[in-house]
Amino acid sequence: MSLDLKGVSKQVGGEIHIYPTDLTLEPGAFNILLGTTGAGKTTLMQIMAGLERPTTGEVWFGGLDVTEMAVQKRTVSMVHQQFINYPNMSVFENIASPLRVARLPKAEIVARVERMAELLKLTPLLGRRPSELSGGQQQRCAMARALVKDASLVLLDEPLANLDFKLREELRDELPRLFADRDCVVVYATTEPVEALLLGGNTATLHQGRVVQFGSTGEVYRQPRTLTSAQVFSEPPMNTAPITKQGRTIRLGESAEWTVPPPLQGLADGAYVFGIRPHHVTLAPSGAYPVAIDGMVLVTELSGSESVIHVRHQDETWVSQSHGVHAVRVGTVARLHMDVARGLYFDPAGDRIAA
Amino acid sequence: MAKITLAELRHAYEPNPGSEADWALKSLDVIWDDGGAYALLGPSGCGKTTLLNIVSGLLRPTQGRVLFDDRDVTDLPPDQRHIAQVFQFPVIYDTMTVHDNLAFPLRNRGVDEARVKARVREIADMLELTDMLGRRARGLTADGKQKISLGRGLVREDVNIVMFDEPLTVIDPHLKWQLRSKLKELHHRVGLTMVYVTHDQTEALTFADKVMVMNEGQTVQIGTPVDLFECPQHTFVGHFIGSPGMNVLPCALDGGRAVVDGHAVPIANPMEAAEGRLEVGVRPEFIAFADPASSEGVPVEVIKVSDAGRYRVVDTRLNGHVIKVLAGEDVAIPADGARLAFDPAKTRLYADGWLVGQGGAA
Repeated sequence: MSLDLKGVSKQVGGEIHIYPTDLTLEPGAFNILLGTTGAGKTTLMQIMAGLERPTTGEVWFGGLDVTEMAVQKRTVSMVHQQFINYPNMSVFENIASPLRVARLPKAEIVARVERMAELLKLTPLLGRRPSELSGGQQQRCAMARALVKDASLVLLDEPLANLDFKLREELRDELPRLFADRDCVVVYATTEPVEALLLGGNTATLHQGRVVQFGSTGEVYRQPRTLTSAQVFSEPPMNTAPITKQGRTIRLGESAEWTVPPPLQGLADGAYVFGIRPHHVTLAPSGAYPVAIDGMVLVTELSGSESVIHVRHQDETWVSQSHGVHAVRVGTVARLHMDVARGLYFDPAGDRIAA
Repeated sequence: MAKITLAELRHAYEPNPGSEADWALKSLDVIWDDGGAYALLGPSGCGKTTLLNIVSGLLRPTQGRVLFDDRDVTDLPPDQRHIAQVFQFPVIYDTMTVHDNLAFPLRNRGVDEARVKARVREIADMLELTDMLGRRARGLTADGKQKISLGRGLVREDVNIVMFDEPLTVIDPHLKWQLRSKLKELHHRVGLTMVYVTHDQTEALTFADKVMVMNEGQTVQIGTPVDLFECPQHTFVGHFIGSPGMNVLPCALDGGRAVVDGHAVPIANPMEAAEGRLEVGVRPEFIAFADPASSEGVPVEVIKVSDAGRYRVVDTRLNGHVIKVLAGEDVAIPADGARLAFDPAKTRLYADGWLVGQGGAA
């Protein structure tokens, strides 16, 4: 039972919200839509749910064309960033409501509501009204209601975005377990690369209405096909800089150079783009081929276990992320070491040159 | 600018507080130095908003005093305290231009127009709003509007303190990063006393020189980001700061050593005896996989590996306890027969949640 988008696009007025998209999503693992606000995640989900009709293309589910099928006839549940509860019902009744509509036996309703409440830490609150709950608790209540029925397609649109940091961490851990024994297609939209990584499964990187890349999450992160995909999947943002290849040498700006690595050896001399993630640009040299650059320190951020340092090097801002605490002074010059063996190379059009 | 002193503050929303649980704030003594950058960090309901409202004058504390420098302002209304505040959602005038929005707090105080112009320009430059000064605020994006709110908070030079209440909640992660850096930079440049309230540890730790961690109406620890990370005074701090948080495992004492499930664990603060519920706390960062050939370390079962890109979070199990370990990109994770080595300098004993003794700190 898979969800297939076949040439799906969406135009509103003269504006293209989604470019023609082909995507097959399978049950058994999270399917993550990763992109900034406005990339098209919500529109794509609305089309998947049947809440919006695509301008072109077809939506297939479990081998059936459901493009024209009303949302009420599909077994879809959707969780939005902004949650909605029934104000006059208790938390228990809120969660139970879809099961009552489905006319499940009483004992089963109680069992399922209790299990869901346990998982989302709502057990002591089952007797309260939504207005007596904190924001985070209300969101968990709405989430429990959406998840308690056995939908075959579950769409989670940034469900954790409004929750407390620690709660988000806990639920991120729990959510995949919640679906582990269910035969449903789960789609999860997020703006946060780390969240996508920790949820695992498959990830589609989205940018300005296009799916840039789709594959297993680890692969999309480590083997981006384009510069855009790499940038969507990097936080802090990936460092990029123009480089030139000349014979066996790569040159970055005036001072940094290194030997051409194998994937580039067969290429013509000329201009390329180098990309390297902040945690591979560190204060202490690491890796097989460290290459140093000097930069003027703009900002130092300490987060307890890490130091993030923003420097200016030849008109480009570089971000470095090092283990431990390094109180580098703003305005001084810091030497950063790029582990260039972990760098990514792109042609001038932004396509990655892979090994 | 001012040094802010909160002396023996207590606050209850009930008229006749009886039990300890009735107090939203339970005895607080804090000094915020002139020109410092502070964060109040804690979960919903920990008392941070109550504290903020007491400082701004919206709430009068049940007990205790608020001093700005040496002046007691406990009974002063908000408008006489000279405070700037930035809230979660942008507070700006849609029909005014960006320039007039920024100028508003100054004009309101009767600052002369030449000075207004110069100061608005300065703040707009810092926030990269210069190109937008002539535009109306209405058409701007959420983060554009919030930048103006930040600018309005920073534009007055005569304020005692600038308070930020979750100011980046509505901002997209990609822009959050920039604004967070920007705020830190602005603090260096304007030199005002700033307090930043958040439940987000990353925001708190990156912004503040000193973070005050609150839980259930109390300050649990005040420290630099490094203190909070390296030496949590309470298991709550260990759990709340760091992602994932500190591992906390029940233990016993035997001849000065901690014993977890029958395995001796070296600790930084060894004790012959201690009272209360005893636990060992160690962060996932300070646990490594021991050499599988040796018999050192605590034997565990690896139950889950989550890839976070630059590291992996490894969930291991020791009987009923889950122990999380952070493994770098190049660290091999043993398939079976895994043993964990806890860093003895970073593994500490806690009694009833609180760090025992000096915690082995240097």
